[in-house]
Formats: sequence, C-alpha cells, structure tokens
Amino acid sequence: MRYSKYFLIIIILLSVFNLYAEKPFKYVETGVNTNSWALIPAGEFHFGQHQHIKNIDYDFEIMITDVTNEQYANYLNEALEKGTIYAKKDTIWGYHPGDPFDAYLHEWEIPAGDYPHMPINEPGLRLNYENGKFSPKAGYENHPMVEVSWFGAKAYADYYGYRLPTELEWEKAARGTGTNDYPWGNTVKRNQANFISSHNLFAKMFGDVVKTTPVGFYNGNNYDGYQTVEGISPYGLYDMAGNVYQWTGDDHPKVHYRYMRGGSYQSYEYNLRVWPRNSAGPEYTSMSLGFRCARDID
Amino acid sequence: MVEWGVKDITVKLLGLDLESVERSGRIIMLYHVIAMIVTSIEVYMITSIVPMRKHQRTNINATITVGWITAMIFGMAFAYFGHNYFYHGLFLVGQSLIFFAGILLAVTLNPWNKHFLVENKEYAHTKNGYDLERIAFFVMTVSMLISAGFGAVTGSFWSNGHETFLAEDLIRQPDKTALQKSIIGYLHIMLTLIAIAITLIVGRWMDFKGKLHKFAMPIMIFGTLVISGGVWSVVWTHMAHTFIYIGSTFVMFAALLLVIYAWGKLIKDRIKEQGLKNPSFGQKFVALFHDPIKFGPFWQMVFMNFTVSGVGIFMAVKLEEIFRVWPAREERITLTGHWHIPAALIATIILMYYIDIAGIKGKLRKWLGWTIIIGSDIAFAAMTIMSMKRLFVTEYYQTPLVNWTMLATDFGLGIILILLAGVLGWRLIDLFRSDNRWSKESASPELELERTAVLTKQGRDVIKKEMEI
Repeated sequence: MRYSKYFLIIIILLSVFNLYAEKPFKYVETGVNTNSWALIPAGEFHFGQHQHIKNIDYDFEIMITDVTNEQYANYLNEALEKGTIYAKKDTIWGYHPGDPFDAYLHEWEIPAGDYPHMPINEPGLRLNYENGKFSPKAGYENHPMVEVSWFGAKAYADYYGYRLPTELEWEKAARGTGTNDYPWGNTVKRNQANFISSHNLFAKMFGDVVKTTPVGFYNGNNYDGYQTVEGISPYGLYDMAGNVYQWTGDDHPKVHYRYMRGGSYQSYEYNLRVWPRNSAGPEYTSMSLGFRCARDID
Repeated sequence: MVEWGVKDITVKLLGLDLESVERSGRIIMLYHVIAMIVTSIEVYMITSIVPMRKHQRTNINATITVGWITAMIFGMAFAYFGHNYFYHGLFLVGQSLIFFAGILLAVTLNPWNKHFLVENKEYAHTKNGYDLERIAFFVMTVSMLISAGFGAVTGSFWSNGHETFLAEDLIRQPDKTALQKSIIGYLHIMLTLIAIAITLIVGRWMDFKGKLHKFAMPIMIFGTLVISGGVWSVVWTHMAHTFIYIGSTFVMFAALLLVIYAWGKLIKDRIKEQGLKNPSFGQKFVALFHDPIKFGPFWQMVFMNFTVSGVGIFMAVKLEEIFRVWPAREERITLTGHWHIPAALIATIILMYYIDIAGIKGKLRKWLGWTIIIGSDIAFAAMTIMSMKRLFVTEYYQTPLVNWTMLATDFGLGIILILLAGVLGWRLIDLFRSDNRWSKESASPELELERTAVLTKQGRDVIKKEMEI
C-alpha cells in the first residue's frame, strides 16, 4: 500500500506514453492518382461569405490532392542533392528573395535570406530522416505532407515549375461557379470529410493518434467496413474541406501573413466551408497544415 | 449537427431556419439580445439602489421591460426563424425603447439635481454636497447612450450595403474601414460600461464609503470618461489605444479599491458577529470566506485579472512571439475568450447579487455561492489554459490538454446552468403562490440599502407641491 501511489503514477505515465508511441498502421490505398491535375477554366465565380462575383481570366490547373509525404520526401532528397535546400540544426532551410516592405505600423520585415522550410524532428512530421535521406513513415506514404512552412511549400512548387494557388484560385477550385457552402453542397456528413466530428468514426479504423487521412480518402469507397461518402469539388478535387489546411500563395502587404484554406481534422463544420480563412506567418508549421500546387497552362 | 452547438433534432423540432451563410448574423443577434437583457437587469438594479422619485423609477422600469421583452422575442425570431422584416422592425422597436429608458435614467440621475444631496460625509461628494457616486452612475449611463449610438448608426447601414461580419474575423486585416472600427469600438465599450455599472452597483450593495470611496469615485468618473472618449476616437486616431489603456487603468484601480473595502468589511462584520475581540490572522481569513455570496462578486473581479486582463497584458508584451507565430484561429480563440469570460463573470456577479436580495439564507446560500464561484472559476481557468496551450505544450501533445480543459469547462458551466435553472424554476413556481415574492417585490422595488444621497428639504417641498396640484 505504501508504494501504491507510485505504481499509479507509473501506470498513468505508461499509458500516456503508449498513447503517443509511434504505431505502424496499415497503408490504405484509395485508388486516387496523386499526380493528377484538374483544369479550372477561366470565368466568373462567387467568392467569399457574401458571394461577391470575381473573375479569373485565365485557365489554370491545380492538383486534385494535397502533396503527399512520399512526394515531398522525394523532392527533399532531390533538392538536398542539388543543394537548393540544406539541413541545419534539425531544420531544412532554403532561400527566399524577400517580401516587399511597406514600413506599416508593426509590419514585420521579411528581407531576402534563408528561411526554415521544415523541422526535421518534430513529432508530428511523418517522415524519417536517416543517413541524409528522407522517406515517409510506414503507412503515411499517401497522407498529406504536414509540418511544412509556407517557404517550404513554395520551394517545392518552385522546384517543379509550379506555384501555390492564390486565394482566388483556391476558392474557385473548391466551389466552382455555384454558391455552395462546401465543395459538394450545403451540408457535410461525418464520413464525407476529415474534421473534428468525424474523428470517432475514423479512429475505429486507424487509431487515436492518427489525425490525417490519406489524400483522396473520401471518394465513396468502403475501407474495411468504413463507408465513405464522396467529398469532391465540382472540378474533382479531394480534401478541399477538412484533413489539413492548405497554404495559399499570396503575400498580403503590410502584414505578410499567409492565408490557409479548407479547414483541417481539428476544425468544426463551419470552418470547413469554402470561405473561412486562417493565417499565420510564413515560417509557421503545423501537423494540420499542408499544401497543393497550381500551374499555368501554356 | 447543423451548426456548432445546434443538433439536427432541435432544428427539426423547432422549425429553425439556419442558413450556413447567415451564421455570423445569428451570433450578432444573439449577442445583442443577451446584452439587452443584462443591460436591463443593471437598470433595474440601479433604479432600486440610487435615490430617485417613484414615478421616475416606474417609468424607467416599465419602458425598459417592454423594450427588452420585445427585442428578445423578435430578435431571436428574426435570427432563427427566417428573415421576416416584421420581426426585425420590432427588434429595433425593442432596442429603441431600451435606449429611451436609458435617456430617462440619465435625466433621473442628473447629479446636479439639488433634491438629492449627500448628508453623510462618509460618502464621496463635492463641496456643494453633490453625490460623486451618482455622478459616476450618470457618466456611465450617458457614455453608454453615446456608445449605443455608435452601434446604432453603423447598424443602420445594414441592408444598405453593410455586410455582416464578426469582429474576430477582422483581426489580421491591416486596414479597417471607419464602419468596422466603429463596430469594434462599440462592442468593446459596451461590455466595459456594463462592467463599470456592475462595479458601481455592487459597491452600493456593500455600502461602499469612507476614504476609499472618496478616492475611488473621482477615479472611476475620470476613468469612464477617458476610456469612453478613447473608444469613440478609435475611428480617427491610433492614439485611441493610449486613451483606452489610461482609462482602463483608472477604472481597474477604482475597482481594486472597492475590493479592498468590501473584503475588509466582510471580515469586520463577521468578526463583530462572532464577538471576537482580538481575532487572529486565521480567524480573519476564515471570516472572509464565511459568506460566499458576498465574497464571490469581489473574488470574481480579482479572478478576471488572471483570466482576462493578465492574459491580455501578457499577450501584448509577447506580441511578436505570439501573434506573429500563432495561426489566426488560435488568436481568435484567445480573443473571443477575452470577452466571453468577463461577460460570463459579470453574469455570475449578477446571479450572486440576486441570490442575496432574494433573501436566500443558511446552507442553501453557501452551497449556491460556492457552486457559482468554483464552477465558473474551473470553467474559465480551463478555457484560459486551453487558449494559451501553445505556450506550454507542442501541438503533437495537445490533444489530452484540450480534451481535459474542454471537459472542465463543460463541467463548470454545466453546474452553473443547472443552478440557474433551479433558481428560475423556484421563482416560476413562486409565481403561482397566493402570497408570492413577485407581488411583494413589485410593491416595494427599492432595496433596503444605505443611500449615498438623501432627499433634501427643498426636494420634499417640491414633491409636496406636486402632490397638492
């Protein structure tokens, strides 16, 4: 009895650590091609909560899924070899030419220089780093790449000749030309997107610690008894509501916040709608934040 | 779930009309309805403790009662049952009546009325005997009327091109329009003035007097004027924030003097009741906590500094480390907490005040008092920790902290809501008794408290003449 309280503490600690121990889990094949792009035609669309009519006067393409851990690991290995980025103090760094400075009240200057792209040892990162090479953790290959800063996302896009979508482009790709609240309609079901209310259902399959779902997971398929409802945008894009927030490309003058769209697995329904915005400094990283790329059509 | 906090079954049962795109508007209507009711409660409190003539009290209370009931019914109907502009019109009628009651109150509180002067020199007063506490109530009321105008004028643009927005959604917008600044200023000053009003009310409840009263009242008057002026100037100058900080410091210092007085009085009264001649520190300490219903309101004021003012100052100091790094959604949680928490703490103070004037005594009084204090403090401490989680735990390990703090918040708020339902149920049952409290209370709406000012001979003569006419 004398030592019972110590045993209790040990049991609690063990259970906490066990909860957070990295558990390998099953790779889930969604059948969605992560190298596919969707064409977004030029034209007017409804933008924002108040549905202002905006126009994008050019066609462009956007990835139908977020960039995956596997894709980003491949990029890191290539770019490290070429020397466009480098590892230093548990972080991947790279050059950014700087943001225009307006000397606005409290404006934070971002001059040309090297900026952090990604922390290497952050617990939420789903990449291994061994012998100077990155690889996705088992089972996470087709999950969205997270813990990447705006600089890191932009560097990926630049490396392949792509770019990050602007907020306007992102919202048109998510909403189409209609006035829906969500990419597919005006309601969201628990098995239609990865958001806070869908967590319980999803946890039955993957376990508590796994937060993200494989990109394109909500495509109407049945995964070991877990029936999903197709959650795609009018142009066929997956995960434009929930799973992870996505960086957009614009630099907002005077503040230099970068905006994120789409909501994440931590979001309530109202943040999954097509217009709510989230923002952070460009060096911010999170396990609920990823990105996808856009590209111009020649 | 159709909307956060509203289940599908509720929507179907009540036939609610919840357009997703109109969510901000619904929240704004809900806030307005709650604020109208709280403001009306404070007006009832003021008319029951500040000396005034009977017909003035009756006029104010009658007008504001029709006002808040109309605003509540039709405001909620407009927000949740479809956009019927008949409802919106009546919502505005209700608000206008409340505003009109405010004008009546300001006229009634006219501090230069020679019919009400301070005779007991322990209360703060001018050389001519004008009551400084009455001036403080007057300044607060007039400031609130002007501030309400800020909201009303900007609100009138609604449906004329002004798009509904929540202030917390503008936090990272570098350039705000005059209209946006007005609305942000308006909502901040209204809550501030509600807080100032409740501070003055509980001060009278505790019979605030003596040196501290004489020191606190001028500070409170000056602070109210500066902070209100600061907020009104926010549209034109960034210097407004400096005025707001200065005004806040004065108001908070006046409130601190009240807390010092109130706790000292609680100890003194209890020691006297016990008949202790040379009480030890421990006995004094225990005496402070003897009556949670009277200790609570002042503790909640102190607690507000931990969960609101302290957090605000800390975040202002760490601006670069927090707002430049945290995502907007996290900043938004902290900012919405920073005004939901004081609003809810004010509500608990009102509830404790009500439990006292309702005459609840004995063990029930203690149970109710401690439940309100402990429940609300658990909830708001948990919410503060949750909103500041990034300072202590990295994102990967935040889930248990979020789960536990949310559970603690639900628990704390849950028991207070159960308690509130109990008190309301008790009053509702009482309504159907033959010898009920409602009729007694409406027959004598004046509370039996010490008054700062008294009706002068000149005032008595005027009333006498009027009666003869």
